[in-house]
Amino acid sequence: MGHFIFNDTHDTLRAEIRRYVERELAPHANEWEEAEYFPDSVFWEMGRLGYLGLRYPEEYGGSGLDYYSAIVLAEEMTRAQSGGVGMAVAVHAEMATPPILKFGTEEQKRRYLVPAVKGKKIAALAITEPGAGSDVSGIRTRAVQDGGDWVINGSKIYITNGVRADFYLVVTRTGDDQWGGLTLFLVEKETPGFTVGRKLKKVGMHASDTAELFFENVRVPDANRVGDVGQGFYNIMWELQGERLIGAATAVAGAERALEMAMKYAGEREAFGRPIGRFQVIRHKLAQMATEIEAARALVYTCAWRWQNGEYPVKEISMAKLFASEMACRVADEALQIHGGAGYMLEYPVQRVWRDSRLLRIGAGTDEIMREVIAKQMGF
Amino acid sequence: MEILVLLKQTFDTEAKITVKDGHVVDDDVTLVINPYDEYAVEEALKLREAQGGAVTVVSVGTDRVEEALRRALAMGADEAVLVEAPAGADELTVAHALAEWASAKQWDIVLAGNVSVDSGAGQVALRFAEVLGLPHVAAALKLEVGDGKAVVHRDAEGDTEVLEVTLPTLVTAQQGLNEPRYPSVPGIMKAKRKTIARVTPAAPVAAATVVQSVFQAQQNRRNTMIKGSPAEQAQQLVQLLRGEAKVV
Ligand SMILES: Cc1cc2nc3c(=O)[nH]c(=O)nc-3n(C[C@H](O)[C@H](O)[C@H](O)COP(=O)(O)OP(=O)(O)OC[C@H]3O[C@@H](n4cnc5c(N)ncnc54)[C@H](O)[C@@H]3O)c2cc1C
Repeated sequence: MGHFIFNDTHDTLRAEIRRYVERELAPHANEWEEAEYFPDSVFWEMGRLGYLGLRYPEEYGGSGLDYYSAIVLAEEMTRAQSGGVGMAVAVHAEMATPPILKFGTEEQKRRYLVPAVKGKKIAALAITEPGAGSDVSGIRTRAVQDGGDWVINGSKIYITNGVRADFYLVVTRTGDDQWGGLTLFLVEKETPGFTVGRKLKKVGMHASDTAELFFENVRVPDANRVGDVGQGFYNIMWELQGERLIGAATAVAGAERALEMAMKYAGEREAFGRPIGRFQVIRHKLAQMATEIEAARALVYTCAWRWQNGEYPVKEISMAKLFASEMACRVADEALQIHGGAGYMLEYPVQRVWRDSRLLRIGAGTDEIMREVIAKQMGF
Repeated sequence: MEILVLLKQTFDTEAKITVKDGHVVDDDVTLVINPYDEYAVEEALKLREAQGGAVTVVSVGTDRVEEALRRALAMGADEAVLVEAPAGADELTVAHALAEWASAKQWDIVLAGNVSVDSGAGQVALRFAEVLGLPHVAAALKLEVGDGKAVVHRDAEGDTEVLEVTLPTLVTAQQGLNEPRYPSVPGIMKAKRKTIARVTPAAPVAAATVVQSVFQAQQNRRNTMIKGSPAEQAQQLVQLLRGEAKVV
């Protein structure tokens, strides 16, 4: 993909990831979507190949590459033909683990980050609660200090990798201050009092496991606290910027997959004696889809460039996340429309992109919250 | 153990081939390691892992072949050599160019692909062995090396033949010999930093063949989807075979 943010190493990486994804993941997509799960061995294998530690330092088992390499992985994962697989990997490598590197102690990095990079331990990030999603400051899961430990009580919901994870980065309330009263903890699955509730049924992202989590007097040592007491909100907001950018890159690449399906179908399907792609209405739809994809891509890559160069462009990242997610849903919807009745049939892959894309406008901050963030940054 | 792998860069088997002015156009096409040669690389790496030694990969071609050599390095090969292709090379020229370079060193085993997926001649490896006076076994499905010998299970048109051969020898890989590994990211990064040695054949051997023309074979394929219950489908199929295809 010719763009100035990518160099020769990214191109090689892209070719290798694509080869792996198309040969080892995509052939299983239908099976995994149906089972609403995919084997943990995918994490082991991707860890062994170094895909889960692209931009982690070599001392923690990573390859020390740049942020663009994470964009490459997110883009190529859309070729797995199952959004859920890409999401599970993204949550593990780009959402649940970056705060450990950025805010964690050396011991936490050894104990959690290193095995996560290897794919030996799977990570999840638990922010959302039944009573608090968009409003992170409304979090009620409480951690109370007791000697050298913390005791956690509460629950979390809609947690990706929730069933399969070995450890969870959990946002808790440790003080009454709305924003300054949140703190992050690492909780291991085997900790007494911690239970995984239902595996939730979803509209899309079927191969990904989404769960409820319950905390009943879950005791964790202070050594499992990530970052300072009361810094949880700010640290999670930092994490969300990277997460949103990866989400936006996934949206663009997912839309590209939908466009490819639409183009293929428009070239093959005939109606009124010609391929439907020869009708101006359909051709213009394809042109519009391609244009919107390019516009979103430009915004995502520009944000990635700024992020890579040490900027913290909250407004533009929110714009990229918002625009790319809405765009991906529009493109997937048009792609489905171009397929006619076939688009509504489960045997055609376009419906899966259509269903999977819908999450993009909700997860990692809804469209409405993105507009709120942008407006606030504009001074309104 | 000194292991040599002969490797060719070919089209990706998924690539769309276009022919223009009597040549195959490869400008925008993804090129890969010939799949059979990839089995050879994998087998070489497994041999080295089990018995120690070094794996060298060698290819004849132009600058672009570096990509394929680098991929073999990323998979784990120790060294790579690019022999510059003499003009108008055919299988004979290539085999001699490889042999000229390889003759400077003592190899315990030479591995190669059974055939390349592009020209499909299946000649280079065997000619190479002939030039160097090595025994050779083609189309290996299983390879065991030890005590200065190799036991090769080879694919004999569907049957399996088991041969024992003394080292040094050349063995070509058949599909099924192994599952080639994917290069890891650290492997890719390490391969990027390696230098690929370049040599030019001192005494190139002229081609023995001339390509008269290259054209794309026309395939008139038509699909007919048969629908309905299994009984209806069977009935339709018989009708089509009798009425249209006229084979029953
Ligand atoms: C498949 C899936 C996977 C997920 N994975 C994870 C995960 O791994 N970890 C995790 O922590 N969470 C996860 N989530 C949760 C997700 O982040 C939340 O669902 C999302 O942030 C929205 O929160 P909510 O569901 O509570 O909606 P609410 O906050 O209740 O929002 C409901 C509606 O009100 C709107 N709204 C809310 N506040 C405002 C406002 N101020 N102005 C205007 N409109 C507003 C919202 O935009 C939305 O339309 C996942 C969700 C899904 C569906």
